[in-house]
Amino acid sequence: MAQMNMIQALNSAMDIALSNDPYVVLMGEDIGYFGGVFRCTEGLQRKHGEHRVLDTPIAEGGIVATAIGMGVNGMRPVAEIQFADYIYPAFDQIVSELARLRHRSAGDFYAPITIRTPCGGGIRGGQTHSQSPEGIFTHVSGIKVVMPSNPYDAKGMLLSAIEDDDPVVFFEPKRIYNGPFDGDPDKPARPWSTHPKGEVPEGHYTVPIGKAEIVRQGNDATIITYGTMVHVAEAAAASSGIDAEIIDVRSMAPLDVDTLRTSVQKTGRCVIVHEATRFGGYGAELSATVQEECFWHLEAPIQRVTGWDTPYPHAFEWEYFPGQKRIINALRAVLEA
Amino acid sequence: MCQCLSNTRDMCKGRQMPIMYHSREGNLFSISGNLTTQYPQAVGWAMASAMKGEDNLAASWIGDGSTAEPDFHHALTFASVYQAPVILNVVNNQWAISTFQAFAGGTREPFAARGLGYGIPGIRVDGNDFLAVYAVTQWAAERARTGAGPTLIEHVTYRASAHSTSDDPSRYRPKEEFEAWPLGDPIKRLKQHLIQLGEWSDKQHEDLEKELDKHAADSWKEACTYGTMSEGPSLDPSNMFEDVFKEMPEHLKKQREQMLAEGDK
Repeated sequence: MAQMNMIQALNSAMDIALSNDPYVVLMGEDIGYFGGVFRCTEGLQRKHGEHRVLDTPIAEGGIVATAIGMGVNGMRPVAEIQFADYIYPAFDQIVSELARLRHRSAGDFYAPITIRTPCGGGIRGGQTHSQSPEGIFTHVSGIKVVMPSNPYDAKGMLLSAIEDDDPVVFFEPKRIYNGPFDGDPDKPARPWSTHPKGEVPEGHYTVPIGKAEIVRQGNDATIITYGTMVHVAEAAAASSGIDAEIIDVRSMAPLDVDTLRTSVQKTGRCVIVHEATRFGGYGAELSATVQEECFWHLEAPIQRVTGWDTPYPHAFEWEYFPGQKRIINALRAVLEA
Repeated sequence: MCQCLSNTRDMCKGRQMPIMYHSREGNLFSISGNLTTQYPQAVGWAMASAMKGEDNLAASWIGDGSTAEPDFHHALTFASVYQAPVILNVVNNQWAISTFQAFAGGTREPFAARGLGYGIPGIRVDGNDFLAVYAVTQWAAERARTGAGPTLIEHVTYRASAHSTSDDPSRYRPKEEFEAWPLGDPIKRLKQHLIQLGEWSDKQHEDLEKELDKHAADSWKEACTYGTMSEGPSLDPSNMFEDVFKEMPEHLKKQREQMLAEGDK
């Protein structure tokens, strides 16, 4: 075991994948010589060579398109989109091509691609470095969509994603790259070495895609969340004294419905928390699923705590960001209903 | 033909519109129907071929109109940067449904000239001259196989018929334009050339045409026995849930069960 932050854990996963499988290649903007703007691929080009770790032109559509071609020709590309906010030029390639290739060719062609992309706010990134577009991708059939919330899951899930024969969009909540974050920007930063999930095996292991994790057992209400908000929710439960059960969804598509159902049937109350905007968002899918699966167990209407339905506002980040206070208010609302 | 009928022998299992076929054995990639998306994919395929140390190459074709898509720029940029063994073809048939090639900028500069800006040789060929197309493609393939990089080929031709069965070209271009088009029928031109060389005759040509017509008609007849959209054997609709992923996830299993339980319509 070693102490790793999320960046080191992701780097370790890619290092292992490159070492174990000669067909794995990394590609993306600034990821080679420079090692990536968040340093996730640092040292990997030097170690594995320029033909395994490719600096690419600044063209996200071109990155995903060429990755698809490589994937069809036997490679296993891991493409980095520098910020999730920049993924839209590749949207057509992901939705119309990557997601449907296996289906439209009746299984004769497929492209086992992982698209890594840092997402989420809390870094003073304004509207072009803070978005959480996971719900746009969960709506598309044919791709898997995941978001780990700690170094242990990040490494294990990235290895699962790379080894998966289906395309995976792998969101990395960048606010917690260096340490868990409880939603209070005025507190000193906390490193991953203070968190049990900062303990990461150095060798190969996987965390399965499609499985949620209960990160806090509780009886009063269920909080369903993922990414950075897992830690904000944990802090909200701790500071309010509410005995909430917290589920880290981890895999948005496919979704682990069993874990959600068991928990909400037990607690009878449900709060859904994500950073992304609310309307038509992934929380709506979670809410609908809980309603379908647990209606007769629900004691209160389901609450959603999300980013507001505005573009991500640079100067008003902490008014926008769903912090502890809003989560506690929602918990009280479901408990008092 | 089975693919065009979406029948029980359709390699796409009824998931694609007619002519969006593929052949794994024949190295013909799945056609998507989105324009130019597969141009940069061909570049990626070619890059992988070079990475693996193989001398296979990729070739892709788009129309004049879709050179305007950003994927055209992506394909040429990536092909140039990584010197991919790829042949990028633009079939300039003058018409993108109702818009003349000028709407893609083709009358300002030939599409072949786009290659120069990327440092890629761009060649304009008489697309209705079989031997010229063959020769230039051979040259480009040789370049790709020997590591000399990509080639852009513009095939100047003419779309004589309608864009699709629901298209009526008389609404946007002169009815007699086809006859005025100077490049001529490529089959007729090849035939005349071979006759002049003494390698072919009108009789042989007529016989071949008859043979091919019969082959097409017989194939169609046979294909119809495997089902048409309205008659004969048909595909099991529940196969739509397969191949979305390598293994069917729970929610798709559930939806398939629901569809089977509720029946059709």
